[in-house]
Amino acid sequence: MEVTKRLKNKYTYSLILLRQLVITEFKLRYKGSALGYVWSLLRPLALFAVLYVVFVQFLKFGADIPFFAVSLLLGIILWSYFVEVTSNGLSSIVGRGDLMRKLAFPRYVIVVAGSFSALINLAINLLVVGFFIVLNGVDLTWNVLWLIPLITQLFILGLSLALLLSALYVKFRDISYIWELVLQAGFYATPIIYPITMVTAASLAAAKLMLLSPVAQIIQDARAAVIAVDTPTVASLWDDPWIRLIPIAIVAILAVVSILYFKKKSPGFAEDI
Amino acid sequence: MADNFAISVKGVSKNFQLPHEKVDSLKSVFINPFRYRKGIEVQHALKDISFDVKKGEFLGIVGRNGSGKSTLLKIIAGIYRPSIGSVAINGRLVPFIELGVGFNPDLTGRENVFLNGALMGFSLKEIRGKYSDIVEFAELERFMDQKLKNYSSGMQVRLAFSVATVLAESDILLIDEVLAVGDADFQKKCFEYFKSLKKNNKTVIFVSHDMNAVREYCDRAILINESKIIATGTPGKVSREYDKLFIQESPQQPSDPRKERRGTGEITYTHVDVERREILTDDTNFVLRTKTKVLQDVEDAIFGFSIKNSADVLILGNNTKLEGRKFENLKKGEIIEIDWIIPSILGDGEYFANVAVESSIAVFYDWWGEATKFSVRRNTPMGLAAHPKMGLTIKRGDKS
Repeated sequence: MEVTKRLKNKYTYSLILLRQLVITEFKLRYKGSALGYVWSLLRPLALFAVLYVVFVQFLKFGADIPFFAVSLLLGIILWSYFVEVTSNGLSSIVGRGDLMRKLAFPRYVIVVAGSFSALINLAINLLVVGFFIVLNGVDLTWNVLWLIPLITQLFILGLSLALLLSALYVKFRDISYIWELVLQAGFYATPIIYPITMVTAASLAAAKLMLLSPVAQIIQDARAAVIAVDTPTVASLWDDPWIRLIPIAIVAILAVVSILYFKKKSPGFAEDI
Repeated sequence: MADNFAISVKGVSKNFQLPHEKVDSLKSVFINPFRYRKGIEVQHALKDISFDVKKGEFLGIVGRNGSGKSTLLKIIAGIYRPSIGSVAINGRLVPFIELGVGFNPDLTGRENVFLNGALMGFSLKEIRGKYSDIVEFAELERFMDQKLKNYSSGMQVRLAFSVATVLAESDILLIDEVLAVGDADFQKKCFEYFKSLKKNNKTVIFVSHDMNAVREYCDRAILINESKIIATGTPGKVSREYDKLFIQESPQQPSDPRKERRGTGEITYTHVDVERREILTDDTNFVLRTKTKVLQDVEDAIFGFSIKNSADVLILGNNTKLEGRKFENLKKGEIIEIDWIIPSILGDGEYFANVAVESSIAVFYDWWGEATKFSVRRNTPMGLAAHPKMGLTIKRGDKS
């Protein structure tokens, strides 16, 4: 009885705090900037414009792929979300050191709140993608609903990494530079600006390996679900159903490891920061 | 734990691991893994602390700076985990370790109330229910939709304080002494609030180094010194033990290398002391004794001193030139003793004396910061730097 009551109190506290932190972060995000929330849309759109001009218009990437521009935009938006969640998450615990040292709230709330804020941003961006998809005359099917599990998977992946990185960052400040490098490499190692068919043409093995990365798998699956069914995905390149599960397994293992590590380290955050 | 206990602290010890060289990068771990391990120093902040707090009790935890009392408060609040031992809490606990935690200057007063409330664990519904009380108590009705950065600091403190006090109708309150800082009006509000807590039979743990406040509000007190509980009982008894600490303190002779000392060295201080410096209760004068030795012939010298409080604020000072005493043609080997007789006007607290001897063209022969330390316990009103003997005349009566 006592235990269940305490447990309930603990989670009510987390929920109250989570809600308030997400609201606050949302309100504060573009405070003081003239365009405000428009920046949420302008940032990925500007990146898209640059990449589109350079890679699609000049370098003729994806000329043989239907709706490559929209496909590029969707990839960029999903990748931007991943970058935002992990890099903001990384510094979230250290950044709120002032709170840690004065209050005993559940620490994970800070990281989770950051992930939800980024998710709201992703939702806004997806609306823009939706607009372009309709504009380009893509035939939408019920397959679009696959986005829900895919984004859930991406959310879990991003949150897990954010938990792990934020806890590591308390002790090792080098992590932020390392992660910056990983993200930079990851951007080029993931089929975002170039179609995966360019890789398959050069080396099928490389393409197959590439798709085992959860982010690549999610982006390709999302493209297949929304834009073109024939987009190469992990399922279409690998015949072995067990291997197809590898990206999901990576996310699951990462989630478990991250939660355990964060749980172990979080009671000491107030002292270690 | 019996039902009439609010807090039970059992055998709590806390060790902090302090790396000598903070290991902030992977590089230092890889390059020098052995030094990383060797470089840790364990600091025992608390040793085997046990006590219970009954429901409705107003408990004072006293101790000098660095005694471990704030660490204990943070452990009870759940911010730090104990290295050994456990803390059991029976009821809802609200820590007041600092006012306005998480206040954001870019949010409006209203938004900050909700954020601060949520951080303390109050739901939207609870805060909404008390929102008008909070605003009324803070006297900020017209300002709630303005951003916090446009508030004066006084307004911010008022808002923070009223959020904390109006919301915190919880069973157990932890109050750190930081609450009792601020201007006179604010202090008054704090103390009125403390009185109301006492009246309403709240369980309160109040951490302070101010014995007067503890004597006034607490039912029971615990004295912590050098990480251990050394006395527990009535505030009166604990306060006597607390005073003893200052007497027992070994004469801290001026060997601390951190204290600044500089000068050309022609004349040097050999001894600086405050008579009965352990604890000054005298209400008339006290004496700062100084002894200097001339090591090389000099043409002239001015001897002076200043006294500062623990917040590094200079309170008073004087020198021989101001007093019209001249020292000229001092010969090597001469010893000069000067006793400064200072009226006892200092308020309760700890003080440092700085001494100096310089030439008439402002070359310091010897400048010695914090040459000696002393405490004043005259039971002066809290928070006053000076409390000289004062007279007053009173007129009362009818208009006739």
